Amino acid sequence: MGFKNSVGGKAFIQNLWSDNPVFRQILGICSTLAVTNLLKNTVLMCAGLIFATALSSWTVSLLRKHIPKQVRMMVQVLIIAAYVIIVDISIRAWFPDVHKLIGPYVGLIITNCIIMGRCEAFASQNTPGASFLDGLGAGIGYSLVLVFIAVVRESMGFGTLFGIALPARELWWHQWTIMVMPPGAFFMLALVAWFGNAVILKKEEGGK
Amino acid sequence: MFLATVAQQAEPNSFPLQLLIIFLAAALTDNILLTRFLGMCSFLAISRHMKTSIGLGIAVIFVTTFTAGINFLIYKYVLVPLGIEYLQLIIFIVVIAAFVQLVEMIIERFSQPLYFALGIFLPLITVNCAILGVSLFMLNKQGYGFWQSVTFGAGSGVGWLLAIVLMAGIREKVKEDKVPPGLRGSGITLIITGIIALAFIGFSGMIKF
Repeated sequence: MGFKNSVGGKAFIQNLWSDNPVFRQILGICSTLAVTNLLKNTVLMCAGLIFATALSSWTVSLLRKHIPKQVRMMVQVLIIAAYVIIVDISIRAWFPDVHKLIGPYVGLIITNCIIMGRCEAFASQNTPGASFLDGLGAGIGYSLVLVFIAVVRESMGFGTLFGIALPARELWWHQWTIMVMPPGAFFMLALVAWFGNAVILKKEEGGK
Repeated sequence: MFLATVAQQAEPNSFPLQLLIIFLAAALTDNILLTRFLGMCSFLAISRHMKTSIGLGIAVIFVTTFTAGINFLIYKYVLVPLGIEYLQLIIFIVVIAAFVQLVEMIIERFSQPLYFALGIFLPLITVNCAILGVSLFMLNKQGYGFWQSVTFGAGSGVGWLLAIVLMAGIREKVKEDKVPPGLRGSGITLIITGIIALAFIGFSGMIKF
């Protein structure tokens, strides 16, 4: 059985594209969308999110037979919170200047619907290995979209990527202040959602 | 950001004025949904109907106001003296979860239709980023006391209600319009949200001295 056909491998690949949470339902954008005006912050946030998603799925799956049904949401939230605290402390230690800017948003990873969603929908019924891959896939699929948004926003709004000026930017670049302001994020996300929906609609038509 | 400094520069002897500024800043210029993107998930899902929007908005105001106060007291008088500020995330989320449970029971008791309409979204308030966000941002604001924190919580909640009610009103009209199929649902909602956010930027000139 190859990687593609195993339960975990299948979930990993589906989460990257066809079940991508941002394309399909615009889920879980709350905490990360706010930091997409700078690529560096976005990459850090996404790394933290991937870490938290994968490991919380793994942990929830490990404990799935020991958690009573009635309190499982609470237990899941606590597991997620524990991992997010690790992320929070790491970013604070290694990137103190970034932490000043995005501090509260890192804590908000806890309330990211994707992590909770994967724990509830997949990890509570599957083996730890498969759940880990599922969480990893969901985290990466989600990050790809947000990094794309960040690249567009930072390059149009500041003319930089990772804080480094784009080549020959005096020649062609014109500042779009709107892109680094909140409305820019809404418009970008709308375009992404449009694209995602259009792809899905086309596929459905093709299937008929 | 500059509003926080304005609020601090206001004369300390005009305490009500300061609270008013914090309230207006949280509700309008620093609107938690439109400038900080918090609470988007439930915003996109619920804003389809006016009635449920109002219900959820009121529940959010209630929860943010009280959890901001409770979390502030816990942070100041328990976590800081013990030196365990790093546990704030876990403590806050537990306080919020307990509080949401309470709101849920109250709504179930007094308004059955509303309870059924909100359905699965009420427990989701626990994972509504706006609520936890208010508690976290409140700690980031320098020099906030208890009443400032409560006002900030209430203001943020009102801002969220304002945004979702505006959106619900617009969406009821948009339903009958011809929207490209791919944009229907979340796409057009996000574009409209962007336009509302643009309008709210206009408020930022209002609270200036």
